[in-house]
Amino acid sequence: MGRYVLRRLLQMIPTLLAVAALIFLIFSVLPGSFAGTMTGGGRRALSPELVAQINAQFGLDKPLPVRFWDYLVRLVQFDLGTSFRTREPVIDLIAARIWPSLQLALAAMTLAVTVGIPLGFLAAMRPGSLLDSVTMIGAVSGLSMPQFWLGLLLMYVFALQLGWLPSFGYGEGRLRNLILPAIALGFAPMALLARTTRAGVLEVMSSDHIRTAMAKGDSPAQMVRWHVVRNAMVLIVTTLGLQIGSLLGQALVIEKLFSWPGLGSLMVDSVAIRDIPVVQGTILVIVLWFLVINVLVDLVYAAIDPRISLR
Amino acid sequence: MTIRATIGALLLAGTALCAPATWAQEVQRGGTLNFTAPYGSSVGTLDITASAEVQTEIVAHAMHRSLYKWNPETGKPEPDLFTEVSVSDDGLTYTYKLRSDAVFHNDKPFTADDVIFSYNRIATPATASPSANFISRIKGFDEVQGGSATEMSGLRKIDDHTLEITFTASQDPGFDLMQNYVPIYPSNVDGSTQATQPVGLGPFRFVEHVPGSRVSFERFEGFFGQDDQPYLDRLNIMIMGEAAARDVAFRNREIDVSVLGSQQYQEYQADPDLSKGLLEVAELFTRVVGFDTTKPPFDDKRVRQAVNYGIDKQLIIDKLVKGKAFPAVGFMPTTSPAFDPNAQGYAYDPEKAKALLAEAGHPDGIDLPVIANQNESWGAPIVEAIIPMLSKANIRASVEPVENAVLEDRITGGDFTSFIWSLSSGPDPLNILRCFYSKTAQSACNYTKFSNPEVDRLYEAAQQERDEAKRNDLIRQADGIIREEAPYWFFNYNKAVMAYQPWVHGLKGNPQELAIQDYDKIWIDDSAPADRKPQ
Repeated sequence: MGRYVLRRLLQMIPTLLAVAALIFLIFSVLPGSFAGTMTGGGRRALSPELVAQINAQFGLDKPLPVRFWDYLVRLVQFDLGTSFRTREPVIDLIAARIWPSLQLALAAMTLAVTVGIPLGFLAAMRPGSLLDSVTMIGAVSGLSMPQFWLGLLLMYVFALQLGWLPSFGYGEGRLRNLILPAIALGFAPMALLARTTRAGVLEVMSSDHIRTAMAKGDSPAQMVRWHVVRNAMVLIVTTLGLQIGSLLGQALVIEKLFSWPGLGSLMVDSVAIRDIPVVQGTILVIVLWFLVINVLVDLVYAAIDPRISLR
Repeated sequence: MTIRATIGALLLAGTALCAPATWAQEVQRGGTLNFTAPYGSSVGTLDITASAEVQTEIVAHAMHRSLYKWNPETGKPEPDLFTEVSVSDDGLTYTYKLRSDAVFHNDKPFTADDVIFSYNRIATPATASPSANFISRIKGFDEVQGGSATEMSGLRKIDDHTLEITFTASQDPGFDLMQNYVPIYPSNVDGSTQATQPVGLGPFRFVEHVPGSRVSFERFEGFFGQDDQPYLDRLNIMIMGEAAARDVAFRNREIDVSVLGSQQYQEYQADPDLSKGLLEVAELFTRVVGFDTTKPPFDDKRVRQAVNYGIDKQLIIDKLVKGKAFPAVGFMPTTSPAFDPNAQGYAYDPEKAKALLAEAGHPDGIDLPVIANQNESWGAPIVEAIIPMLSKANIRASVEPVENAVLEDRITGGDFTSFIWSLSSGPDPLNILRCFYSKTAQSACNYTKFSNPEVDRLYEAAQQERDEAKRNDLIRQADGIIREEAPYWFFNYNKAVMAYQPWVHGLKGNPQELAIQDYDKIWIDDSAPADRKPQ
């Protein structure tokens, strides 16, 4: 297994380099420039000399191939460059945002897993029941509800009307500040997990080996424990892995809405003013997160299904 | 409402700017203010000299002080870090008697060395500071920029508290040196640390920056302000770019002030409680559609005038902007000292617009492609609203929506036929007139490539004129020509609106930017929520 993990980790390197090259090229051809955004929204104008100075400061006056080469050389030395906006190393900016982002993503996934999977199981055990209908209506609503709107709804109900929780802010990382953004972010993955779990369990329940187990006289509890859970788990883990992987990137709307100091809002702000090194850095971190989660998912596959071997 | 009546209302609004400041209550000391920075979701750097963003300026104003300060009531710069100034006969050399009671947050006493250090640092090409424009008239700036000198020759220390600055033009330096973008930093601290550990002369000392969420400060006991200023013990600036989130937080009493958009303005006005806490000001911003005056058919002023006649701006302000703006008469706003109260704007007259187009040789009309961002008050929604109006005048307008970064890049790069934007139109009218001077680079605010010999002559004369009234008169004449030449469709002057909680006092209607407040003069009474009220 050690060799498998090592191989997968090594495979990440070309993927990351390809992503880095792609991001670099996209942002090189995208209209808009950092110096161009320094008008303070129509409040002031920079002299052409100053614009040239700013461009020279960040190497933006060099030809594209030179900039690309410089970028790659830095990257292989684990140097993500310097932010145009803050003039600090990109890695420092990302480091300041990574823990709040992980906090939010993990809280959202905890909610999705602890509520979504049991609900899906219960719904599948009693297909057509009231619980099943309510769960599936909730799941469809959860999947179709825009995050922004759900976030506002939660703010309105739990902060403004009930006064239970603060409506925004990081609050030194306190749990009470985390709850609303985590629910807003975790609601859609929770709904998807409930649906996937229900579908997976129903599929397993209709398979031959379950019928055999029932014929053998297994109790429903034994049947679920020994035959249903493990077989349905592969589908659930796949969904879970994809959701966790994409959560860092998806969080940007919620982070902006709740003034949460995460990577998503850093990325959006940086795109808006063409702070390209920060955009590249945040995207690379999000991609890396996705790749790592994928490796973990593959390891979990092998653990829950002996037919899958890691070579 | 007629234009004249509107101006009357506007001037009234101007005089009512400071309503919250004139509260007849005794000032209370202490407590925490939760202010908001509403223009985006993060503050990039805490070093204001490396930034051109208003979000950073909102934060910097708590920590730093500049040589001059802006007085929103008089509309003029006034001394802040100096007590006296004498000016040489040629108007080029200023000798400042600096304050002797000012101390930095690191306990270093303020001296002339700090001013020299700060200005030289901004001028140094290695810092590539966007603030450099504000000190470019100090003698020796070009040499430092060109690399032939490391210090500006125009800065001379006479003693610790006497500083001589020589300028290259006799223009009042106050407007430039009052900017929050040219603060005085301590000369015993490496300037590069200001980005994360700022040290200044301002009323509040930096405590913590939670990126994308909040910047916190505490009262600086050594601040040189009057009486007990600053009154607050703590100041939090909440970074809240989302208007809807600000709305919930304000109604939930989590934040003490909020800047309102047009939709919220209407809702707050209709609410019997919230409407009591609205601070309105006619800001020094003019919203316009700008034309490339060198490109046919917009090189003909009759065509540009036709666009001005072809739009009912009052209707758009009433229906779309929800009354959160004042119709523009010309470029200089009503709060500018160079505004002409007798000026007549362009009335809505599609027939006259058609006639002008025919006279200009376009009887079949013209196309007007406009690049725009998504701003609700000066973006694509406004262009969409003017399309049917202009079609009655044979002007086929269309909108090309672009992202804001692209809009700014294309405008400053001259890549447009026309654009819609919000442009600063103050506080220094002479600096604004510079944007219509033919020798000003297109990218450096002469966006429409405007060129008029008479405006050039008036600008040059105003530059030399040291009598303020006469200078403003020259600028006013130039503004009249600009109005006639119509390089812009003059849409509106922004009405900025800030909602404040009933326990907040001392806010001022700053027409330069309402979100930038003198935090040292703000205080809160004991009706504030328990966790924030004065103890």
